[in-house]
Amino acid sequence: MSPAGSSFTDRLLGRVRLGGLLSLAAPVLAIVFAGLITSIVLLVTGGPPLETLGVMVDYGVQPRTMVLTLNYATTYYLSALAVAVGFRMNLFNIGVDGQYRLAALIAAAVGGAAVLPGPLNTVLVIVVAMLVGAGWASIAGLLKVRRGVSEVISTIMLNAIATALGAWLLNTDRLAVEVAGSNNIGTKPIPEAARVPGLEIIPGTGTKVFGLILLAVAMGVLYHVLLNRTRFGFDLRATGRSESAAVASGVNVRKMVLIAMIMSGAMAGLIGMPQLLGASYSYSLDFPTGLGFTGIAIALLGRNHPVGIALGALLWGFLDASSNILQLHDISPEIVAIMQGTIVLSVIVAYELVHRYQISAGQRRVSKELAGKTPAQPEGASA
Amino acid sequence: MLQNRYGRLAAAVLAGSMLMGAAACGGSEDSSAKPADGGSSSAAAGGGKGAKVGLAYDIGGRGDQSFNDAAAAGLDKAKGELGLAETKELEAGNGETEAAKEERLRLLADGGYNPIIAIGFAYSGPLKKVAAEFPDTKFAIVDDADATGPNISNLMFAEHEGSFLVGAAAALKSKKDHVGFVGGVRVPLIAKFEAGFMAGAKAVKPDIKIDSKYISEPPDFGGFNDPAKGKTAAQGMFDAGADVVYHAAGGSGGGVFEAAKAAKGMAIGVDSDQAKTAASELQSVIMTSMVKKVDVAVFDFLKSYADGAVKSGAITYDLKAGGVDYSTTGGQIDDIKTKLDEYKQKIISGEITVPDKNS
Repeated sequence: MSPAGSSFTDRLLGRVRLGGLLSLAAPVLAIVFAGLITSIVLLVTGGPPLETLGVMVDYGVQPRTMVLTLNYATTYYLSALAVAVGFRMNLFNIGVDGQYRLAALIAAAVGGAAVLPGPLNTVLVIVVAMLVGAGWASIAGLLKVRRGVSEVISTIMLNAIATALGAWLLNTDRLAVEVAGSNNIGTKPIPEAARVPGLEIIPGTGTKVFGLILLAVAMGVLYHVLLNRTRFGFDLRATGRSESAAVASGVNVRKMVLIAMIMSGAMAGLIGMPQLLGASYSYSLDFPTGLGFTGIAIALLGRNHPVGIALGALLWGFLDASSNILQLHDISPEIVAIMQGTIVLSVIVAYELVHRYQISAGQRRVSKELAGKTPAQPEGASA
Repeated sequence: MLQNRYGRLAAAVLAGSMLMGAAACGGSEDSSAKPADGGSSSAAAGGGKGAKVGLAYDIGGRGDQSFNDAAAAGLDKAKGELGLAETKELEAGNGETEAAKEERLRLLADGGYNPIIAIGFAYSGPLKKVAAEFPDTKFAIVDDADATGPNISNLMFAEHEGSFLVGAAAALKSKKDHVGFVGGVRVPLIAKFEAGFMAGAKAVKPDIKIDSKYISEPPDFGGFNDPAKGKTAAQGMFDAGADVVYHAAGGSGGGVFEAAKAAKGMAIGVDSDQAKTAASELQSVIMTSMVKKVDVAVFDFLKSYADGAVKSGAITYDLKAGGVDYSTTGGQIDDIKTKLDEYKQKIISGEITVPDKNS
């Protein structure tokens, strides 16, 4: 697709790539812009910008923080991939949040029941989570294919339904058990043999990185290969760019919508797995929420590119991890949310600006060439 | 195209590392200044006798006009009376993981804060881990008895006992023999309030009608901070014929009071003496409040630390210990006070056992 003929959405979702020096300009512009806005906010709220950044970086390079950042990034990465699968196909799966929560709850209950021994149980938990996520997402897919319901609307509504369904299931009469002496309730803990041990990637700390970080990396590779190296991926991207062109070239668009939605949901099912199998071992009232929405932001930040998303997830994880240290230095932790928001906005704005510059530069070049030819014509005519 | 993509990527990485580099420069300047800072403050801490107290709040933190604020009040009181050297208050983020809570407690413990108080049951797992890593630091957790250890004090409340008394008060004051309960979020903790309230009301009038409604279901904890939905829930009960409504819904309680005022009914407050703390035009509808004295528990813990007499294990703030009670501000229940005190004595003596959940 030529840059000049692209729509804002194409550019937003990273379908159009920048060339040459411009590819350097966009991220630099975004970082400068985000830094500027955050500094202004810090100055207005009475925090010293340089010192704040210093505190965050000092804290960020400590081994324990690096583990925390990696662990955050693992879940964020899976979440962003789930969103990105839809994005590449022009599907806005806002329902990743509900899909992963429901998937984690049911998978946790299945794992707690321990119907299979040891590692087989681990596999079962992951498969169940993917199936539940895929199943829940397929409702939105079917509604879109059969009834033309916008997936944005249906997935948002399905989020609310997933919350209600989750609350109904997480009850001592159904999937939950009471934790003695606690005000918490959760599913039965997954037996030790089925848990995924942490990795000691980073020396100098007792805390471990989620073992399922490897799964996240594998999913990133799979995402890349599937989208860029297979017929299916080509069809998916083609449908995302132009539905009519895809139909003309023999792609069954309805099938593609449904499959993309199911894939997005299956990926969403994995989001809760590192936490479930690597840290909490049960789905309880304090299971992390809202990861699906973080995923949307990170997918945009990473421009749907597997490596871009990874960088986005790491940045996001680092910012989240630093909220505690900011509070310790009497800087409001809300600054982290402001930074995250600003970064996403500046990435979008910066890329859009650079794209527009590229387009207008191209147009100028063409018009210059044309202008160069025009004077030649009368001469030729006179001769 | 491929080359460009990787070029772009490399550029992004480069730019990122440049930023990190720049930041690191800022950082080193800053860290050169910091030791002096840290040195002076630790010198001050060494000079004073008071403790360096760390407080980890649940979502909302100081200023939530509810649970966290009660803890903050206890800390403020201790600051004044016990001469604490330094206090540090950190709050939880929405939907965060246990690892984040763990890190919060670890940062406090690492920073030399001792004792450390965690507010809310969500800190249970993280506290257990961190307390084991820092055996010389004293920890306390409010509303949880699951995390136990030689250096953990569990500050528990018998919310059901206090709720029993306001349930009895509601039944005694109800002219239509119809009362209501609005819970914030359907979690076991709030079920304790509900169970006590129902038992109290039924103890007075065995066939009283009790409506019960929760505003939201977990993991949506919005029910603790949604006055509009609190109002709708209570309004429904008043419309159906109830004349006294008790809420255990944190910030949503304001809506319950508004509904009571509009329906010319009565309401019962929770956690603090809401006839004093609610909006002034609504205070008149609050006949009593079930007071849960988190501030007292926090203060007591800090005091016992100052005296060197911290006890590990569960400390239950029940009716007997004065940890829960009903309030009499406004004088609306002065006529039934003797009856309520009779019930209170019966609970304290063990003659009445209040259920802490509905069967």
